[in-house]
Order: sequence, then structure tokens, then C-alpha cells
Amino acid sequence: MATTTTVPGASPISGSRSLLSRLREGDEIARLITFLFAASVVVVTLLLVFELWQGSALPRHKFGFNFFVTRVWDPIFDQFGALPFIYGTLVTAGVALFLAVPLGIGAAIFLAELAPARVSDTLEFFIDLLAAVPSVIYGLLGVFIVVPLMREYIQPGLKNSLGFLPFFTGPAYGLGFLTAGIVLAIMVIPYIISVSREVLLSVPRDQREAALSLGSTRWEATWKVVVPFARTGIMGSIFLALARSLGETMAVTMVIGNTPTISASLFSPGDSIASVIANQFTEATGDLYLQSLIELGLVLFLLTFILNGLARLLIVATSQRGSGMGQA
Amino acid sequence: MSGRLRWRKFVSGFMLTMTGVCAVVAVAVLFFILGYLVYHGGTSISWSFFTKLPTPVGEAGGGMANAIVGSAKLLLVASLIGVPVGFFGAIYLAEFSGGTVAFVVRYAADLLNGVPSIVIGIFAYSLVVLPFKHFSTLAGGFALGLMMIPITLRSTEEFLLAVPRPLREGAMALGASKWRTIATVIVPAAYRGILTAVLLAFARVAGETAPLLFTAFGNRFWSPGWNQPTASLPVMIFTYAIAPYDDWHRQAWAAGLVLLALILIINIVARAILARGIAIPRS
Amino acid sequence: MKKIAGLLVAGLVLAAGVWAQGALLINGAGATFPYPIYSKWFDEYHKLHEAIQINYQSVGSGAGIKQVTEGTVDFGASDGPMNDEQLKAFQDKHGFAILHFPTVLGAAVPTYNIPGVTAALNFTPEALAGIFLGRVTKWNDAAIAGANKGVSLPANDIVVVHRSDGSGTTYIWTDYLAKVSEDWKNKVGKGTSVNWPVGLGGKGNEGVTGLIKQTPNSIGYVELIYAAQNNIAYGSVKNSSGNFVKADLAGVSAAASGSVKDMPEDFRVSITNAPGKTAYPISSFTWLLVPSKFSDAGKRDATKDFLKWMMADGQSYAEQLSYAKLPKEVVAKEIKAIDGIQ
Repeated sequence: MATTTTVPGASPISGSRSLLSRLREGDEIARLITFLFAASVVVVTLLLVFELWQGSALPRHKFGFNFFVTRVWDPIFDQFGALPFIYGTLVTAGVALFLAVPLGIGAAIFLAELAPARVSDTLEFFIDLLAAVPSVIYGLLGVFIVVPLMREYIQPGLKNSLGFLPFFTGPAYGLGFLTAGIVLAIMVIPYIISVSREVLLSVPRDQREAALSLGSTRWEATWKVVVPFARTGIMGSIFLALARSLGETMAVTMVIGNTPTISASLFSPGDSIASVIANQFTEATGDLYLQSLIELGLVLFLLTFILNGLARLLIVATSQRGSGMGQA
Repeated sequence: MSGRLRWRKFVSGFMLTMTGVCAVVAVAVLFFILGYLVYHGGTSISWSFFTKLPTPVGEAGGGMANAIVGSAKLLLVASLIGVPVGFFGAIYLAEFSGGTVAFVVRYAADLLNGVPSIVIGIFAYSLVVLPFKHFSTLAGGFALGLMMIPITLRSTEEFLLAVPRPLREGAMALGASKWRTIATVIVPAAYRGILTAVLLAFARVAGETAPLLFTAFGNRFWSPGWNQPTASLPVMIFTYAIAPYDDWHRQAWAAGLVLLALILIINIVARAILARGIAIPRS
Repeated sequence: MKKIAGLLVAGLVLAAGVWAQGALLINGAGATFPYPIYSKWFDEYHKLHEAIQINYQSVGSGAGIKQVTEGTVDFGASDGPMNDEQLKAFQDKHGFAILHFPTVLGAAVPTYNIPGVTAALNFTPEALAGIFLGRVTKWNDAAIAGANKGVSLPANDIVVVHRSDGSGTTYIWTDYLAKVSEDWKNKVGKGTSVNWPVGLGGKGNEGVTGLIKQTPNSIGYVELIYAAQNNIAYGSVKNSSGNFVKADLAGVSAAASGSVKDMPEDFRVSITNAPGKTAYPISSFTWLLVPSKFSDAGKRDATKDFLKWMMADGQSYAEQLSYAKLPKEVVAKEIKAIDGIQ
């Protein structure tokens, strides 16, 4: 039976050869062109990784693993250690998550479980807008609102009430780890909320209803049944938020104090990997200096790469679970 | 009702109210940001902000005309790089490719998406600025374009794949070749989603500052052509915000308002386009 | 609709590309120390020569040195002269030398924000070194109070502010501290980017000034004009003759006068802690870093013309912005050196 082409590339049984061969050539060209564009993505990504690796050759050979445990960053004596920046990056991210996770999950629960659909969608719309606000604007608000607030009220308040903890000692500059962490928390809450809300919504109704029919309160059903079901997805959203806070540059550099310091106190100024690269990249004279900064970039890249990968695995795993296991 | 039940009910009510509080707080932050920007930025916006060039340090007056145009040029270059690569690459993934190639490309795109923007700046510096020996709009646009690629690629692919099979098969049945089908049937069917993807990618990079620090650099004057350093709104906000001059602070607020308004409007428009539904062709 | 949009975009692309092609754009980058007067100069020069735009980005001396060596900008600017290693790096990379041209004289002042203290404090070298080493931690420490009898200093913690970026102002400051404090010299050294024992980092003179303005009990070092323009208090420093001198044009010129006789050919000289009863001890020249060869004749001629203008009419803008003019002998020498640019 004569059929027209449904499988690309198959030779037609009917139709004039010249017309169809022209069409096929058109298809081949289209395939080639689009392939080139798709391939360029891979090429560019490989090139980026290659440049980071090559560009950090000197300090990798000179310092080796010591790079990660040295505290000193001294361009005059050519001593470069990443520890203060890794510390700063992790501490600010830690503070951010400490604040954003409870708030974010709480809000997600509200949006997914309690709010009527229209309210939930409207609020979600606003939260997506919050995610779109650029980093430099958070920095602007950080410098003019958060920093004075911290310096005048919050830091002295914390010092007076919780000053016995090592986290809240030292002078109140307004800038520092805590401020950067707070600004980051505001930036990553939208990610936690939107992803968690989605995974919570994808939990099959039966789970909820089963719990309720067994006599649990709304909260117990949510907290003890629905949330654990969506646990991996929520973890995924946390990893996503973590990856975002590690790579954040502008908002952090404007409020962190820009001093490579390792200190238990959250009031202390510090520095993060992204922030020090932003400040010192254009002026790093000397190959070792510049390449040490590039090595920092490589470290950051690897960290976010691993975290993003984990996040995606976890989120996908949950959605599949949710849609697959509805029926038992 | 037993005491224990009463307690459980109380806890339930309390915790659920708390979650409501969390949601309200989260949304309140957005309105606070917007409100503050409108208040501070609104009072500083003036005609001269949009039309004048920066004045020497310490002298009042002066605006960000060159930064606005600079940002527009940067975004244009970024779109010329990000949109075609994302669009045609997505067509390849959705229509032509086999499993492994598609996996590799998607993986690379996701990797690129996760790269911190400052690292993209480093890459663009070594790839474009150093060989050309110039900070330039091209270098800045290249960095921003790289950041647009993953967003346009993945979203476009999703919307292309969502086009219903009957549509494709109908076109094929009528004798259309693959590329014809794509160009005249599939892409138009998915165009709303694709447009949304492009707009969202655009809005995302419009506010990026870090990659511009070592690529577009900065310029106190107009930037002629594409191969010269250029001022841009986000970098100006950064520079002015950390400086001590009150006049500069006011301009930073105004610029922040303009930038945020632009980004939010694009976001809202993009979502509105999508909400009106992916075009289902009349049968 | 799509066609119109497409045409619009194409039109914009062409327009943006073609627009202002006639202008000659020269790019420079570097020190924030002289930025107020450089921005004034380039603005005025542009008014005189509409076709020439000199775009100067105030990104710090370190970046100025780096970018002019890389060749991404046409000239650099720094308040810390390039050291031999950096000069050699430039020579190796380009095959010709880079020249230093002093432009103005400025002063790095200890500026502070102490609630309730409006008087100009006196700082001894020991006090300054102690503060920045983190040894003197309170405002009412004897090291500071001893020189400021009659001023009631609070017992608050001192917040030190320094530069977070590579800075010529840092070079000037640490150069001075290294001269007056053995401890400083051994522990920290001098340079555009040092390993600060304590303090917050601000980006550029602008960032440091901003931080000091907003942070009570802070002290930092900035170029005189930044403190003056922003109405923040700055103190006097004890010079090598034992006098407390508050930075001003006379003090800076006095510091420079001693160096004029022995000015080296390449103009790289340090005038911190200069001898002289009225000399301000933390003064410095600031230099433009200009390659000795230009591949673009238009840029070369414009640069040379600007340098000549800067040394003649340009100097008249210096004093109103609190920079001191160059000594006449230095100007004469520089004009000869300009011919070295090919």
C-alpha cells in the first residue's frame, strides 16, 4: 500500500524522486543546522569547564590541597588560601537556609493544603515575581535598609539577649555574615516555596484522605503523612536554594564586609567566594593571584554543579513517586 | 471531647495559622520591596535621569541615559545569541535527535544553567575580552546570552514536545517534509510557550550584574558601536549604591525602580501570554 | 506585526552600531584616589574637543595596572607606582615600556565617624599603626587619648575600614605605615592589596567613605577630597619633625618639594613621611600609566594632547578639588617625557 512519509529518512514508495529528494535534502539541512546549534551548547559548556581547569593550573600545582585549608590570602607574599572564602560562603548559605527553610516550607504547606485554589495561585504568582527580582536590587535594599536595621536594633538586641552564645559576640557593624545570610534568605525563599508547593500538590489525595479518615487532625495529616511523602522533593528544593545562595554575588558583596575572616561570631565581617572574585578579579596582577581566583571559581562551580544535580534527582524522584503510586 | 483531642485540635489550628503567617510574610516582603523602591525611586525619577549623562564626581544632576541605552544594547546582543541557540537547539532535541545526544545536550544545558553568574563573567573575560583586547558590549552580551541559552532551550523543547501528535501526523499525512512541518505547524502551535520562555530568559538576564563587571566594564559616555565598554543599569546601581554621595544614592534608587519595573512587567506579560493557553488549532 | 518588530530591531541594531562612530573613544581605568579630578578633567576636555571621549573607570589602582598590562584599556592610573616586576611584565608582554606621568598631588587622610566627637583628632604614627594592626581597639586608648588631651573620647570599639580592592590609596597608606612602624613592615608590608589584620572592606575610595559615613566609631583612610566632599571629620597626623599637620594643599606641596630635586627619570617616587616642618606625612603623587607606543595614531595624538592640557590648564582645577598642583620642575620634566610616546 502506498503510504506517504511518516518516518523521516525512509525512502518513499510513491512520489516523484526529484521532489522528494529535494525535500529530504531540506530535512537534512534542517537537521544539520539545528544539530549545530544544539552541539554549540555542549561545546560552550565543555569550553567553560576547560577554561576553568586550565586557568587554575598554577595554584593547583603549587598549593595542591593546601589551597583548601590555608587561611591566609596575601597577594604581597603570594600566599593564597581558600578557607576564609569557603567558610564565608558556607556560613552565609547556612544562615540563609536556617531562616528560609522553615518559613518557606510553612508557606508552601499553607499554599498547597489550606488555601483555596485561587488564593494559592495568586500568592504563587507574587512569589514567582519575588524570584525574578535581580540580585543587585536586593543588594541595594540590603545596604540601605537591612544594614542599618541590623546595626541599630537587631544586632544589639541579639547581643543583649543571646550574647552568651559565640555566634552573637563582637561589635555590631551592621555588615557581616548574619546580614548577608538574612538577605540571601529573602532571595531563596521563593524557590523553596514554589518547588515545595508543587511537590506537595502532587501528593495523591488518597494519602491525605486516608489519614483524615483515621481520625487525624488537619495538621497531623499534613505534617505526618503528606509532608513525609513529599520529603525528597522538599529536600530537592532546599538543595536548589542552597545552590542559589552559594553562587550569589552582588547582594552578598554589598553587605558582607569584604574581609577574609574566619570567626564564630555571625556579626563578624567576612567574604564569600563569589564576592572576592567580583572584587579582585580585574586587578589581580601576577598569574598566581589571578589563577587562584579562577581556582576559587572552579570550586564554586563544582559545588553548585553537585548540588544542582542532587536537587534535580530528588525533585524528579518525588514527582514520579507522586504520580505513580496513587492507587494502592 | 477528651483533653488530648482538644490539644491536638489546638495544635492543628495553631500550626496551620503559622503556615498562613509564613505565606503572608513571604508575600509581604515582595510588596515591601516594591513599595520601598517606588517610594525612594519614584521621588528620584526625573526627566534628567532618562536623558542626561553622568556628571563628574561630586557634582549633582546627571542621569543614566547611557546606562539605559547600554543595557538595551547588551540585552539585544544577548538575545541574538541566546534565542537562536536555544530555539534551534530545542527544535533539534524535540524533533530530530536520538536519546543519547538529547541527554548530553540537556545535561550540558542544565550544567550551564547552574553556573554562578560570576564564573560566566570569568569565562567571557578570557574568551572575548582578552583576545579582542577590549571590554565591550559584545563581551557583556555574550556573557548574558550564555545565561539565556539554557532557559530558552529547555522551555522551548518542553513546549515543542507538548504539541499534540495528531497535528504532526496530519501534516506528514499531507506530504509535508519534516522541516516544513516544524516551520509551519509545530512552531506556530507552540509559539506562545516559546515566546514566554524567551521573555522569561530576557527578564532573568536583564538584572544580572556580576558578569558585566569584567566584560562590559563601564562608560561615563555613550558607547559607540559594539566593541567599546558600556554603562549598564545594574552596574550603575551597584557603583552608586556603595558610594558616599547622596545624589548618587538617589539615582541608584531611580535606576532600581526602572530595572525592577521592567523585569516585573516582562514577567507578568510572559505569564499572561502563557495563561491564555497554548494555541490549540481548530480541528 | 512580526515584520514591523523585525524591522524595528534591525533599525535599532544599525543605529546603535553606527551612532557616534565619529567619536574617538579612549578607555582608561585605575585609581579611585584622583577620580574626582580625573572625571572633572575628562569632562572638561571633552567639552573642548567634542570628538574625543576619554572614558575613565574608577576601579582601583590594582585593576588599572592589570588592565593596562593586559591591553584591555588604553591607559591606566595608579597612586602606587608600578614596581620593577610589574614594569618588566609589561615590557615582556608588549615589547615596549610603560611610562609614569604624575598628574596631581593628593593626601590620604585618617577619617573617622565618632558619635559626639566633632573635633579634629591628632594621630601619632604609633596610634595609626596600632589601630590598623588591631592592637589599639578602643577610642579612649592611651595611644590616641595621649595626643588629644581635652577631647573626651568614648570607650567604644574602633571599627577599622580598609579597601577590599587593589588600591593605590592602600599603597600610600601602607607605605607610610611601613616607614613608621617596624611591626607593620614585618607583619603586613606595603602594597596595593595587603593582608589586613582587622577591619571591614569597602570598594574604592567611594566605598570606604560610604562605610565610614554609615558606621559609627569607624576609622579609615581616604583621599582628602572624599572626606571633604562628604563632610566627615579627618584628623591630623604627626610628621617626621614632630608637628601635627592636617592635610591641606600647603602641607602636601611641602611634602613634595623635597623630592623635586632628585626626581628620577621615570617619576616613580614616594613622598610619605617626607622631611619638612609643615609637610603632611601621608602625601603622594598619583600617576597616569601610559604605554610608550600606540598602535592607533589618533589615540596617541589625543593622549599626548590631553597630557599637555592636563599639565597646563588642567592644573587649575586641582586646588578647588583639594589636590595640590604639580611642582613646576616636575611639569617641565614631564613635558619632555611626553615626547617619548610614539
